[in-house]
Amino acid sequence: MLKIKDLRVSAENKDILKGLSLDVKPGEVHAIMGPNGSGKSTLSNVLAGKYGYDVSHGSACFNGEDLLDMAPEDRARKGLFLAFQYPVVIPGLNNLYFLRQAINSIRLSKNEKILDAGQCLLLAKKYLAELDLDDSFLSRNLHEGFSGGEKKRNEMLQMMMLEPQLAILDETDSGLDVDALKTVAGVVNKMRSADRSFLIITHYQRLLDYIKPDHVHILSDGKIIKSGGPELALHVESSGYVGLGES
Amino acid sequence: MTDEAIMNKALSNEYPHGFETKVASNTFAPGLNEDVIRKISQKKNEPEFLLQWRLKAYKHWLNMPEPNWAKLDIEKISYDDIIYYSEPQSVANKPKSLDEVDPELLKTYEKLGIPLHEHAKLAGVAVDAVFDSVSVATTFKDKLADAGVIFCPFSEAVVSHPELIKKYLGSVVPYTDNFFAALNSAVFSDGSFVYIPKGVRCPMELSTYFRINTPQIGQFERTLIIAEDDSFVSYLEGCTAPMRTEHQLHAAVVELVALENAQIKYATVQNWYPGSKEGKGGIYNFVTKRGVCKGNSSRISWTQIETGSAVTWKYPGVVLKGDNSHGEFYSVALTNNYQQADTGTKMIHMGKNTKSTVISKGISAGHGVNTFRGMVRATPGAVDSVNFTQCDSLLIGNSCAAHTYPNIEIGNSSAAVAHEASTSRVSDAQLFYCRQRGMSEEEAVSLIVSGFCKSVFQKLPLEFAVEAQKLLEVSLEGSVG
Repeated sequence: MLKIKDLRVSAENKDILKGLSLDVKPGEVHAIMGPNGSGKSTLSNVLAGKYGYDVSHGSACFNGEDLLDMAPEDRARKGLFLAFQYPVVIPGLNNLYFLRQAINSIRLSKNEKILDAGQCLLLAKKYLAELDLDDSFLSRNLHEGFSGGEKKRNEMLQMMMLEPQLAILDETDSGLDVDALKTVAGVVNKMRSADRSFLIITHYQRLLDYIKPDHVHILSDGKIIKSGGPELALHVESSGYVGLGES
Repeated sequence: MTDEAIMNKALSNEYPHGFETKVASNTFAPGLNEDVIRKISQKKNEPEFLLQWRLKAYKHWLNMPEPNWAKLDIEKISYDDIIYYSEPQSVANKPKSLDEVDPELLKTYEKLGIPLHEHAKLAGVAVDAVFDSVSVATTFKDKLADAGVIFCPFSEAVVSHPELIKKYLGSVVPYTDNFFAALNSAVFSDGSFVYIPKGVRCPMELSTYFRINTPQIGQFERTLIIAEDDSFVSYLEGCTAPMRTEHQLHAAVVELVALENAQIKYATVQNWYPGSKEGKGGIYNFVTKRGVCKGNSSRISWTQIETGSAVTWKYPGVVLKGDNSHGEFYSVALTNNYQQADTGTKMIHMGKNTKSTVISKGISAGHGVNTFRGMVRATPGAVDSVNFTQCDSLLIGNSCAAHTYPNIEIGNSSAAVAHEASTSRVSDAQLFYCRQRGMSEEEAVSLIVSGFCKSVFQKLPLEFAVEAQKLLEVSLEGSVG
């Protein structure tokens, strides 16, 4: 589904990713762990198409198509979803209205029927309960006055409604209490399926107590220095990142 | 959407009302002198007092200097090259029914989404359609008359209700008020007249649609709304013009009078031709709008969506004479490409315990320049008066500009005035967030702008809120990328 080959990326003349390769197959959950400054957020931003990065080498393909050549909205329309680490505030913009615009933009691009306001509301309500949110959440303005936990829950709500093929969770666990963490993990576990993949980017192993990844990769200084199964995350938990690159 | 589809959409979204109607017209030669004014007055069968008033205004105007604005760049206007009167021939003879009106004219309004035919007309909205210097038709007149409401072209009111005109014309905006008000008072042609009797809640939305058609013509709209004690009216005006490379002048005067416990809601969706992307042509929209809350506990609100015109110059204001009266101003002004807007409001507190609310949203894109100019004055008698002003600017891109000039004059110590202002930019992070959710850059911008304007859109009559949203989308075309 996602094939990254020897990706080298810099921003403001500073090398950040220094030859990263990764192969995510349909249905797999990959966790990418790494210390601050290792390039985790750069990886998710480059995959989603944020401006300001310079790809000097390598490739990233999504279902066989060159991802790096596509506009951000085209990546989204083809099923790539990024749960943002810091979702941005858009003052005055109604949350449900935003959701509907997002869903319909994607549906329109696939020649699918668009949802009217009522259909969209029904769909959103279905998921709100799973996220421990009440209906008033939808009538608020996008991220205006949201707590950290509410922002992350809103990202999960969008993910549930947009049903992506590949979801990248960029430190979704940061700043969450245990209950919220369980909620996020619950959403991911429920959405896991044979044709949907997840890339979970995290600093800590604690989210992985609730989501069992198929593969764990350690990112350090712009490269994956070690890959393994879930046991690798536990190793990081007990011993930290130190010494992993030398094995 | 494919690139080609995006291109097509962008192209089709160019100013959609820029067509010209081919219609036989009686058009004056360009130029302004006393004879022209007499001829206009004659055309309209005006009573003598009105002609004299026009001539006084003209003499006054001749001695007035043309204003010069700090933040506006305006080509010199040659007043002798303007045509001051043009009427379609089929309307000249006061048609008894729409069957006598040139079908081309009716088609024009259909194209603009304002069908005038009995069977097709907008439900719940009475429309007065003004074409160049005359009103073509007014719908639902009879139904409104049943409720005691007078809604008719201004030139009809001067004949049928001269006593009301004599009493109120110029009572809110005297012809000495400013250069363009004086010019308008001398040469005004048509607009709407509204009279709501005591205790009547106007049973439908009233609306006037202004259309400029003839090349070189100046349109001098005059509108007067009087709301007697305990009455209510909601009024909306819209305006469009053909695309031309020359500038055309629209200089209007609108006067509102609210008596005791009366409420007037006045909304404008201004979509005059804004000029080309390179800043060629477009309407000069120089307008004086003012209301007076004459009676105690009366209320006047101005809501405006300004997306058109090459240059807009208007400061709809409210004089709060009556105790406990309330003035409101809600504005969205958008300038794209080379458009310029200098707009804001004046709230003059005179009565006790008066209140005013000002919410202004300025959006600048392209090379647009957007200036907010606000005046809040509390006279010594305006005890316990309160004003709240919020003035927000949104910038799109790096070549546009926004300016804010609040002017606050407080003549008594019990008045409370609050002014909040902000300037923000449509950020790359906001755009990226929206695009990551599948929206195009243009969809993202219009979504962000609609959020920015929400508190003003909510003040529009429901039927027009959707329209205003669409208008913004069209006006924002090409503002990114």
